Amino acid sequence: MSTQKVLMGNHALSWGAVTSRVQVISAYPITPQTQVVELLSEMCTDGTLDAEFIKVESEHSAMAACIGASAAGARTFTATSAQGLALMHEMLHWAVGGRLPVVMGNINRAMAPPWTIWTEQTDSLSQRDTGWLQVYASSNQEVYDSVLMAYKIAENRKVSLPMMIVLDAFFLSHTSENVIMIDQNKADAYLPKYDPEFKLDVKNPHTFGGLTTPDWYMELRYNIQKGMDDSYQVIRDAQSEFKSVFGRDYGMVEEYKCEDADVILVGMATAASTGKESIDILRNKGVKAGLLRIRYFRPFPFEDVRRVLKNAKQILVLDRNLSPGLGGITFQEVKSAMYNEKNKPPIYGFIMGLGGRDITVESITNLFEHAKKNDPQDIIWMEVKK
Amino acid sequence: MIYTIPQKELINPGHLACQGCGGALALRTVLKTLGENTILTFPACCWSVIDGPFPYSAVKVPLFHTAFETAAVTAAGVKAGVKKAQDPNTISVAWAGDGGTFDIGIQALSGAAERNEDMFYFVYDNEAYMNTGVQRSSATPKGAWTTTTPTQSPKKERKKDLVSIIAAHAVPYIATACVAYPEDLTKKLEKAKKIKGFKFFHIFAPCPPGWKINPQDTIRIAKMAVENKMFPLFEIEDGEKYTINMPNPKKEKNVPVNEYILKQGRFRHLKEDDINEIQAFVDKRWEKLKKLAEI
Repeated sequence: MSTQKVLMGNHALSWGAVTSRVQVISAYPITPQTQVVELLSEMCTDGTLDAEFIKVESEHSAMAACIGASAAGARTFTATSAQGLALMHEMLHWAVGGRLPVVMGNINRAMAPPWTIWTEQTDSLSQRDTGWLQVYASSNQEVYDSVLMAYKIAENRKVSLPMMIVLDAFFLSHTSENVIMIDQNKADAYLPKYDPEFKLDVKNPHTFGGLTTPDWYMELRYNIQKGMDDSYQVIRDAQSEFKSVFGRDYGMVEEYKCEDADVILVGMATAASTGKESIDILRNKGVKAGLLRIRYFRPFPFEDVRRVLKNAKQILVLDRNLSPGLGGITFQEVKSAMYNEKNKPPIYGFIMGLGGRDITVESITNLFEHAKKNDPQDIIWMEVKK
Repeated sequence: MIYTIPQKELINPGHLACQGCGGALALRTVLKTLGENTILTFPACCWSVIDGPFPYSAVKVPLFHTAFETAAVTAAGVKAGVKKAQDPNTISVAWAGDGGTFDIGIQALSGAAERNEDMFYFVYDNEAYMNTGVQRSSATPKGAWTTTTPTQSPKKERKKDLVSIIAAHAVPYIATACVAYPEDLTKKLEKAKKIKGFKFFHIFAPCPPGWKINPQDTIRIAKMAVENKMFPLFEIEDGEKYTINMPNPKKEKNVPVNEYILKQGRFRHLKEDDINEIQAFVDKRWEKLKKLAEI
């Protein structure tokens, strides 16, 4: 019988780090992330976790400390949110260029100004071009399981890239749910010690990240993309091994009643899990509705998205984020994924729930009502005071 | 007492430093004493270029190039990493220029000093952003020309007193050193190697192109700066115990700053009054240091 704990999303991240036997943690407090590192600092003190905890003076330094420790061959963890993630931006690139499998929890929080602490995805999606793998969770079990899988994927020598586990502020970070805990022996068998191909090693000295001319820089970027390309299979393998050992089944996307669906809603994180109830209501009314929840935003699950959406008559994309001057960020990715397909269903781009505004079951059924009556548009603002 | 400097070179010939580079000389001397069980972290600085380019590297120990403002914290991360995953006795070194230390890196530096990270932090101070072409930093002395403080309007502000800022963190060991006095530097390194916690070294490192001096004058100029107390040599233990260690106290009595100033193109525009003002400042600071050292 597996142990269960009632955990907030934040503490699910902390326990994920414990189960993954992280060796160096460095972090800086920010609401709504702070509980992640509060619990970890307790655990480092009481012996639950044998790790060095560097309590730095900024998020920029938190990432730099993880980068240094990772380059020295240690398994590293940090967590942040919004402004903190933005401050890290330079070092996010550094972790990628250094091919360092740092794992980080990011609690989605809208960007200031004005000051806000509630959920929105613009913070993490603004980092989509840095080269971090990104996975978006919709339950605390998924948060906890994703940490262990993240190290398995990121540390794979074919990938060697950092990875971000993303969860909604408050809807997950501060919401308590039942979480089935992973047996430590099984976790250790699933995730062996970090054994990098290259590290800072006085017995085998190398220089990392030195001045590189146009003769070589492009090849290093090519290799980063190759790492991303290869990560699809690595992710699938990690997920299927996870299923066989721990019984829980994860894909790069989650499909809900999509097989025969005419109208498919695409979304991420907790808004998408709320959407399942909307789908049930619509199905009861005879609407052939389905839901595609994107878990991996990087690498983007092109194959899964095309496979699921190609026979739909309408695609509705729900974005709790905004790229001003462009629109919803998921919408853009989904649209580009479908462009070369033979069957190109019309795609609606909905913006909703910014700055933590509630997305209810009814809000989501309204999207289907809107699409029934209107032509597709790239940006459709819902529930906004214009 | 004569100190023997270890002979083993940990810097390869053929690096990309300018002729007469004080920064190159400084790292060469430091690595000889710290030895092979050392990992270096460089932020953006002259040494980012001196070391390379990829796939070449001039140093024979592991080296991590990091972002401009992160030398101290990246090296602290390296130390935590070797502690958990390798040999905990490996020495972690942040090696930064004055811009990366006095200016953009001071936040991470203050953080690492406050946490008393078990590491070395070295600033090789050439008193401006030399790698990008001689722009003023907060380590540039008052009156100096740089490409952002033209001769019509040379730097108006005094050099930031960084050593006092670090001393206020009460770190176990701080030393000033100068490339013209490798024995003094070596002696201080030997001492610091035995100390656990944060060790800060401020090394005076002339830059011939930036200071507009002849490459063959690097050591001569560096020596003058110590003799005339523009850059006195001293140690601070636990943020409060000051020890002055001038190499030739008798000879160094009342050496004026004139010759040092007049020998450098970056000060060529200065008038007699300006030089007198510098002298007054140097004298005042020297008296203060003597008081702190209770001499």
